[in-house]
Amino acid sequence: MKLKRTVLLGAALAGLLASSVAGAAEEQFIGLPSYRVGPYASGGSGVFGGWIDYMQLINERDGGINGVRLTWEECETEYNNARGVECYERLKKKGSTGNTVFQPVSTGITYSVLDKAAQDKIPVVTIGYGRTDAADGRVFPWVFPLITTYWSQASAIVNFIGTKEGGMDKLKGRKIGLLYHDSAYGKESHAVLDRLAAKHGFELSKIAVAHPGNEQQSQWLQLRQLKPDYVILWGWGVMNPTALKAAAKVGYPREKMIGVWWSGAEEDTIPAGPAAKGFIAAGFNVAGANYPVVADIKKFVYGKGKGNMEDKARIGSVYYNRGVVHGLITVEAIRKAQEKFGKGKALTGEQVRWGFENLNLDDARLKALGATGFLPSLKISCADHEGPGVVKFQQWDGSQWKVISDWVESDRPLVRGMIEESAAAYAKEKGIKPRDCSKEG
Amino acid sequence: MQFFIEVLIGGLLSGVMYALVALGFVLIYKASGVFNFAQGAMVFFAALSFVGFQEVLPARFGMEAGSAAVFWLSFLLAFATMVVLGIATERIVLRPLVNQPPITLFMATIGLTYVVEGLAQMTWGANVRGLELGIMDEPIAWLMDDYGIGVSKFDLFAAGVAASLVALLALLFQYTKVGRALRAVADDHQAALSIGIPLQTIWRVVWAVAGFVALVAGMIWGARNGVQFALTFTALKALPVLILGGFTSVPGAIVGGLIIGASEKLAEVYVGPLVGGGIEGWFPYMLALAFLLVRPEGLFGERHIDRV
Repeated sequence: MKLKRTVLLGAALAGLLASSVAGAAEEQFIGLPSYRVGPYASGGSGVFGGWIDYMQLINERDGGINGVRLTWEECETEYNNARGVECYERLKKKGSTGNTVFQPVSTGITYSVLDKAAQDKIPVVTIGYGRTDAADGRVFPWVFPLITTYWSQASAIVNFIGTKEGGMDKLKGRKIGLLYHDSAYGKESHAVLDRLAAKHGFELSKIAVAHPGNEQQSQWLQLRQLKPDYVILWGWGVMNPTALKAAAKVGYPREKMIGVWWSGAEEDTIPAGPAAKGFIAAGFNVAGANYPVVADIKKFVYGKGKGNMEDKARIGSVYYNRGVVHGLITVEAIRKAQEKFGKGKALTGEQVRWGFENLNLDDARLKALGATGFLPSLKISCADHEGPGVVKFQQWDGSQWKVISDWVESDRPLVRGMIEESAAAYAKEKGIKPRDCSKEG
Repeated sequence: MQFFIEVLIGGLLSGVMYALVALGFVLIYKASGVFNFAQGAMVFFAALSFVGFQEVLPARFGMEAGSAAVFWLSFLLAFATMVVLGIATERIVLRPLVNQPPITLFMATIGLTYVVEGLAQMTWGANVRGLELGIMDEPIAWLMDDYGIGVSKFDLFAAGVAASLVALLALLFQYTKVGRALRAVADDHQAALSIGIPLQTIWRVVWAVAGFVALVAGMIWGARNGVQFALTFTALKALPVLILGGFTSVPGAIVGGLIIGASEKLAEVYVGPLVGGGIEGWFPYMLALAFLLVRPEGLFGERHIDRV
């Protein structure tokens, strides 16, 4: 009798446990190596704020991705490589299926985790940074420098200047100054700009600015002597407002200065005050809170008091929207992967990698997401981990960024050729056999 | 020649900006023999507090944004904040370390750097802010028109502020009771204590004055490049200035600043292109290193002789 009661009690408990497991919603874990303190905290707080807000939107408005709720944990890197690696290790086994994707938002941390992530089967997504040749998915199956790369950006800037001049043939004999951060990041554009200078016949003058870039008097005096028709500002952090102020000091028109996407945020222009007015910058996302996706975040996330941004005035800023783009692409990759591996299921990093590789955000999908014009449409494939390689240009009107162009393309054949060349050299050096994409499912 | 003069003048004026930061180091080193690694963080904290109060006063107390009252009240509040920080540093960090070797005190200031940086961002947030002092960073028109030389109004203003600060500090050190006490403490803590000089009070005073210098330097650098974390990097510019000018000399900070400012700009313009540019970051350190070999105590530093 006692035995029978024990068996019955055990069965009841097991049933209860089983039903509670079946009833529990699946969760997809995303580890966020953020930087909210330290030298780059102002940018980091915007990017990670927008990113978290988007994931919160998916949970609050949609109940997750096909019922799979998103969970996340931030790990503070302070933009420091060693801490970034520590965060990678700390986050990789969290959640029921481990970390879905690692997005370091730092080129240094990206380089530090590339090999580890491939071994651990966790995709590394590097939107707007990292190594450019990783766009060749045959050599770098686990890395996704989505939307565009530094080389595409450099080429798109030259195309934009060409358009302003009335055609690419008008670039012949023109002078373009490249004011760059004296680091691997700053030198990333040199090779592609050299080739474009040779192709179009413009004169390229490269002028380095030592880190951190809070002194640029000598560089701008040199630029004043050179009298370039345009100056490309390849800056970072304090180098950007300093460049704008120094340009004003020597009387160089800001309308002729074109910044890269790490030079074109409110954090770069506001400290420069009136000196920033007229400055143009490239971006793979635009500023503005008038997009339906941002409006939904305000309604469903901030409306419920669950927003991540302390300073709500920054919602819609360049960095905030960049974070939303990160969140949106991550969510869509998971959604895509669920189509193959099972809707309503939590997926592994390896499965989500497939989602990134088969991502197709066409105009209709962007419209459905309320993000038309917010980011470009993109289609990723086994060989191409970059996508469209386009940027929009925005101009600072003294108080906000205004979009002044449609999506501007790069010199695709030239850039893609360089990517494949560089990736092939890397594969040879590392003894990697590139994938045969015709055999990939 | 005109270009050379322009680069030279620009360099000299930049050097004055470096000297402003170097002054804070000199003050604390003179009084306590401590190389205050946290000086850059103090510059950041002071400037951030100033712009923070400028935001808070109109938002919370309905004062008119951008008014002179808000400016000066923010200045006073930021200065008071730096005084409190100085007193807290003396009480919590320095007092328990009296008579410890200089390296111990130096290590303590490294820790203090992280605390101050964290405290600044925790209190006022990480947003980058602009700061307007009402002086345009633009060339003086007649110099530009008549001679083609661009000299910034803002840089001249900064030079004027630095000169005033140096004069004030020189008077403080040479002609006041507190100044004499400061120098006595700098020579020997124990000897100063034995003749009745209140060491703790002197340290508090000197940290408060260093806080004031940090506030002025932070406001000038902040007005130039924005109030942001990068203000902590201004300390990097001050180090070679100190090596050249001497850690214990207020006029030395100015002379060192002028030499470093002018030489780094000239080197960047005339030597930089030969070696790929971007030498401004390390050239001053090379110069300081070479100088150390010839005159380790700096141009105006006190020669230290040990009897064996």
